[in-house]
Amino acid sequence: MAETVKDISRKNRKIYAPAVDIFETANNILVIADMPGVDEKSVDITIEKNLLTIHGMIDSTTHDNLELAFSEYGVGDYQRAFSLSDEIDRSNIKATVKDGVLKLVLPKSEKIKTRKIEVIKET
Amino acid sequence: MLIRELERLENLLEPWREFDRINRETFRTLSPSRVEFPPVNLWKNEDKAVVTTEIPGVDPEGVEINVVGKTITLRFERKPEELKEGESYTRKERWYGEFSRTIELPFNVQVDKVEAKFSRGILYIEMPRAEAEKPRKITVLPE
Repeated sequence: MAETVKDISRKNRKIYAPAVDIFETANNILVIADMPGVDEKSVDITIEKNLLTIHGMIDSTTHDNLELAFSEYGVGDYQRAFSLSDEIDRSNIKATVKDGVLKLVLPKSEKIKTRKIEVIKET
Repeated sequence: MLIRELERLENLLEPWREFDRINRETFRTLSPSRVEFPPVNLWKNEDKAVVTTEIPGVDPEGVEINVVGKTITLRFERKPEELKEGESYTRKERWYGEFSRTIELPFNVQVDKVEAKFSRGILYIEMPRAEAEKPRKITVLPE
């Protein structure tokens, strides 16, 4: 699936890097990306080793019988890649898309979560 | 860092993408009075005009659309994610705030027949041309 999506889009479409916000909560890293035109069926998220790639494909059908009078923004697919540290639990990454916004929840591994609340016993 | 962007690798592969990113960033940081936001595309034919704009994550209920004669005004807001204490952004590129944009249309439209859809973060507004303004064919009557 991931391959076909990429193969089609690579041919003659523009690819944009989506704007992202990244923030850290107690248990997760959140990545939020603006990908207008994309829904849950047209986004691929792949993890290969420590490489996380977001790829979104838009449906670029032109408007029937309409001519473009003026254009201030371009339309294309989306791609952006990030490298993950070992402290992210790769097996529990969750992704949702709503109104063209992708939200990725990357849980921190138990190892680093517990490190923060370590209590040393008094001797 | 728990997550880091592979910027160098990307740039080597496709330098124009970085150019585009810089362009967009410049666009965002310029004052709204100089560059109009959000960017729109305008489509038309003899019967109608269509305005599209990308406003992902905006609540469609809060989008205000006003059409008067030959102009359309869009008003909307996008709020930032509310972070709890101790949480922090490591990257903040997405736009936030209240926006208003007025667009001049190529002709007068039928205000009561304007239709707007919001799908996958894209606002699509279709406006039929005012009947009185449509190009007409005039039949020549025989004497």
